[in-house]
Amino acid sequence: MPDQVLFGIEAATNGLMAGVMYSLVALGFVLIFKASGIFNYAQGVMALFAALTLVGLQEGQVPFAHLINAIFGTEVHHFGWHMPALLAILLALAVMVLFAILVERYVLKHLVNQEPIILFMATIGLAYFMEGFGDLMWGSDIKKLDVGLIQGINATIDETTYNWFGYGFYIDNLDISATIVAAILVTVLVLFSQYTKQGRAMRAVADDHQAALSVGISLRFIWVLVWSIAGFVALVAGIMWGSKSGVQFSLSLIALKALPVLMLGGFTSIPGAIVGGLIIGMGEKLFEFAIGPMIGGATENWFAYMLALIFLVFRPQGLFGEKIIERV
Amino acid sequence: MKLTKIAAAAAVAVVAASPVMADLVFPSLSYRTGAYAVGGIPFADGYADYMTLVNERDGGVGGVMTRVIECETAYNTEKGVECYEATKGEGALIYQPLSTGITYQLIPKASADGIPVHSMGYGRTSAANGKVFEWVFNYPANYWTGASAAVNYISAQEGGSLKGKTIALVYHNSGYGKEPIRTLEVLAEKHGYSLMLVPVDHPGQEQKSQWLQIRQQKPDYVLLWGWGVMNQVAIQEAANIRFPMDHMIGIWWSGAEADVLPAGDASNGYKALALTGVGNEYPLFADIQKYVVDAGKAAGAGDQIGTVPYNRGIYAAMLAVEAVKTAQAMHGVADITPVMMRDGMENLMMDEAKMTALGLPNFGPTFNVSCENHGGPGLASVTQWDAGAKKWNVIAPFEAPDMDVISALVAADSEAYAAENAITPRDCK
Repeated sequence: MPDQVLFGIEAATNGLMAGVMYSLVALGFVLIFKASGIFNYAQGVMALFAALTLVGLQEGQVPFAHLINAIFGTEVHHFGWHMPALLAILLALAVMVLFAILVERYVLKHLVNQEPIILFMATIGLAYFMEGFGDLMWGSDIKKLDVGLIQGINATIDETTYNWFGYGFYIDNLDISATIVAAILVTVLVLFSQYTKQGRAMRAVADDHQAALSVGISLRFIWVLVWSIAGFVALVAGIMWGSKSGVQFSLSLIALKALPVLMLGGFTSIPGAIVGGLIIGMGEKLFEFAIGPMIGGATENWFAYMLALIFLVFRPQGLFGEKIIERV
Repeated sequence: MKLTKIAAAAAVAVVAASPVMADLVFPSLSYRTGAYAVGGIPFADGYADYMTLVNERDGGVGGVMTRVIECETAYNTEKGVECYEATKGEGALIYQPLSTGITYQLIPKASADGIPVHSMGYGRTSAANGKVFEWVFNYPANYWTGASAAVNYISAQEGGSLKGKTIALVYHNSGYGKEPIRTLEVLAEKHGYSLMLVPVDHPGQEQKSQWLQIRQQKPDYVLLWGWGVMNQVAIQEAANIRFPMDHMIGIWWSGAEADVLPAGDASNGYKALALTGVGNEYPLFADIQKYVVDAGKAAGAGDQIGTVPYNRGIYAAMLAVEAVKTAQAMHGVADITPVMMRDGMENLMMDEAKMTALGLPNFGPTFNVSCENHGGPGLASVTQWDAGAKKWNVIAPFEAPDMDVISALVAADSEAYAAENAITPRDCK
């Protein structure tokens, strides 16, 4: 097989894997938008905050250490433990659930029946608050995240493809882990929303707030539930992206990667987030491989948005989004 | 009620009539928030701590206290310009904004206002021509001398010949990242290597395409021209594709502890150019500990001392203070003006005896600044990361770049700038 074809296949495969990473971020947006109609601007910062909390707990970092030391003149920084990854993940999840409760109690509860733009603005404020709060709580230095995920080239795929084609394909072990995690996550989310009482309640709220309230579904509980699940998804995304770059404040920018995925897949569809991610990931990698070198490279960022915009022309609601029909 | 008003008016009058305490104002356009805070915080801490040390230990410079005015830019060019406008009226002596984008915006403004800008190892490279850029300095090294230093180092590694070799430049797709391209192209013609350009868009969280390209085309060396998260991801991706770390060389903005630590042991052997000495084994740091950290006057928690960006902040502040001393000696005035500061910078001489006396032996290169040459000699050392010991080691001392090539490029670019902006170059005789 010619080298360029093999390189193209390798680029496409890696694009699909990268798309899964984008989908992990997009899923959080979809969950909240679907259940409450809120475009959660803070989703990227939630991933950052969750990852910061995870590393902080794992490494035994004292929260607000700088503040405590500045006020009391102490020198406390660490508790002196190194927590197992699983326990740290569970505790970080608990923190995200607590965060969901607080958001519902102090933000969302007061904004019931407000225009979507008001709710959107509230999430912008929330994003800035969380970024500063995370900084104050865990410090702004870069942190190495190690929950046992293997990184680097997958030797088996490399050797196997080398034996078949004379060229070993590069697939990152971290991307393989992300794919498996995403598959499990989507399966669990779909099963949860289809076959559990809370899942059905979530879907009812998503369909019609007023009707759901009239049959006794607690809107407040559903919001806490949805934001908790979105917090869990943010934690997963934070782990995957943070493993690659370390946990630092630029992690919140991963939200930029999710936007074209949402535009393409639709804001209300979990499978849409996955398929959208795969299309964006593969599309941008193939474009960069085939066309990028001719036009100076670094095409991925704008190509993803351009692809999403093209889809919008033909399907404004995205591939799997709900078509909005307003009768006058 | 009347008495209260009279008392308040009297208090205001007393305050207004009091002589204004002279001070030397150094605005610090810092970024402690945002995507690039990891590099911005320790630099700002180092800068502030050095100024605090000068006040606490020496009673200021020539008896006049220093005052650092910090203004948060979040590495955002517009905010940087706002900070400049907000602080220039405070008597600012010099701007060292730690951002190429902000520097570009400040060049015309500061030139018009008559306030020196010092972009140490960043900013507009051709500002090294003092005849055209009267108010802008970029000593002791700039991007083009950095590119040349890297190529010279690689050439030495290859036994003096780069013919048939391929060097890839993985760069931040911005004005900063594109700066070395022209130099590397000219050097490619001279040395006979092929230059492979690999741009990475901001912020650089996702670089799979770029590293697949490198894996497929197998360049002999990679030059990394990144900042912030782009550095950490690039080093991790290089390790992932098993690119030899000792064949990867970063510019000095891609050579901090934060760049290599996330990749763990995989980053062992990675190399980077350096503007200053590494570590905290310098006598000056004992003074910083005693007069600044232990006295509770440190800008940060005191845990960044000796890191690459902290040391660079120290170095930037030290060069500013030495320029103040030079200006004070030249003009016989302690409370100097920005014009005098410019004179001090143009006559700055950094020799080993001076650095040793400051407690920083061999910390930076020796150099002289002049009216014509605002860029210094462009010396850079090469450091290598030891992942086991978690420290940088200097593996090649400060060495001169290919000034024949650089000088011609600086002259061409600065003359074009002068023509575009109707600037008549100064006569430096």
